[in-house]
Amino acid sequence: MRIDHHPSEDILLAYAAGDLPESWSLLVATHIALCPVCRADVSTAEAIGGSLLADETPAVLSSDALAATLMRVQADDTAVEAESAAHDHATPPILPQPLRGYCGGDLDDLKWKALGRNAQHIPLVRGADGATARLLKIPAGQPVPTHGHNGLELTLVLQGSFVDGESRFGRGDVETADDAVEHQPVAEPGLDCICLAVTDAPLRFRSPFARLVQPLIGI
Amino acid sequence: MSTIGSSNTGADWNAVLCSVADQDREAFAALFNHFAPRVKSYMLRLGSDNAMAEELVQESFSKVWRKAGQFDPGRASASTWIFSIARNMRIDVFRRENRPELDPNDPALVPDAPQAADAMVEQKQTAERIGSAIAELPEEQRQVVHLSFFEDKTHAEISDYLEIPLGTVKSRIRLAFARIKASLGEDYGEIQK
Repeated sequence: MRIDHHPSEDILLAYAAGDLPESWSLLVATHIALCPVCRADVSTAEAIGGSLLADETPAVLSSDALAATLMRVQADDTAVEAESAAHDHATPPILPQPLRGYCGGDLDDLKWKALGRNAQHIPLVRGADGATARLLKIPAGQPVPTHGHNGLELTLVLQGSFVDGESRFGRGDVETADDAVEHQPVAEPGLDCICLAVTDAPLRFRSPFARLVQPLIGI
Repeated sequence: MSTIGSSNTGADWNAVLCSVADQDREAFAALFNHFAPRVKSYMLRLGSDNAMAEELVQESFSKVWRKAGQFDPGRASASTWIFSIARNMRIDVFRRENRPELDPNDPALVPDAPQAADAMVEQKQTAERIGSAIAELPEEQRQVVHLSFFEDKTHAEISDYLEIPLGTVKSRIRLAFARIKASLGEDYGEIQK
C-alpha cells in the first residue's frame, strides 16, 4: 500500500498537542494506523511536548501529593492495565483502531443508512466544535454529487478508491478540501468506496435535489 | 538507583520508568518527585486552579503507575510518554471529549519499517536533539509552538491572541516543525512524503 495524500502537518501537530477536536482526531488517529510516515511525524511532535514538559518550571506541589497518589494507586491496584490482547483474526480487519471501536465493529457489523443515489452513511461523532465524522459508502463506479464546502473537509479512504480530477485516492489516502474547492469525486470500479469523512460545516451541493434533501439527511 | 535525579535528560528517566513497570515504588517516587511538579505547571497553564491541578497530577500519575508496562523506551522518552498521559487527561477533563488513539497491537495497523537494533540509543539522542532544536528556534516560532502545546490554544485562537493571520500561525508552526525534523538528520523517516 502506497499512500500519496497525507493530512497537513499543522493538523498532525495539533493532534499531538491535544488541540484537535474529537472528529478530526479520529481521522488523524485512523490515518496514522495506516501511514507509518505520519505516525513518525506525530511521534516527533509528541516528543516536542515531552521536551517542553522536561523544561517546564516546576510548580510547588502539596507536601502530601506523593502519599495521596500512592494511596490512590494502592486502592486501585487491581486495575493495572494490560496491553490490548492479541486479536484472533484470520484476516486483518478493514477498519483500523480507533475507528473500529467508534463503529462498534468491522465492515460486516455496520448498519448503513441511505443517503440518496445508492450512497450510504453512518454518523459517528459530532464534536464540541460542531465538526462531524461519518462513514460514507459510495457504490463502485458512481460519482458523489458535485459539492463545494463552507469549511474544511477531510476524507480518509478505507476501502476501494476514488478519483477527483487528476488525483487518485486509495486506502490510507486523505483528501483535503476547503471552501475554495468544488469537486466531484468518482468511486473507481471494483469494491465500493468506503471513507471516513470529517466536515466542519454543511456541504454546498450544486444540484437542487441534493440541496433539498440535505437538511433531511443532515450532511 | 544512584543515577536517579542526577539528570534531566533521556536515558535515566527511561530506566526509572521501566523500573516502575516492575512495581518499584522507590522508582515511582523518584519519577513523581521530578515530573509531578512539571505536570502541575502544565495543568496550571491550561487554566485549572490549584486544587484541580493537584487532582489532575494525582490522576495522571495513577495512570503512569497503571500503564508503565506499556512504556516502550524504543519508541518514546519518559518525558514524552508522561506528556501524552497528561495531555489525554486534560482533554478528558477540560474538554470532556474522548481522545482517539491508535492501538499499537491492532492487526490492521500498517507496521513501521524494521527498526535498527540501536533504536533505544537513538530515542535518547532524538529527545536531546529535539530539545536543542526547540531552544534554537526563532522566538516567534518557539512562541507559537509553546502556545499550541502548553496553553490549549487552537491555531485559530493563537491567531486571535497574537493578532496575526491564521495562515501565519500555520506557517510558523510548519517552519518550526521542519527545523526540528531537520535536526533529527537525513535519516528522518524511511520514506519521504
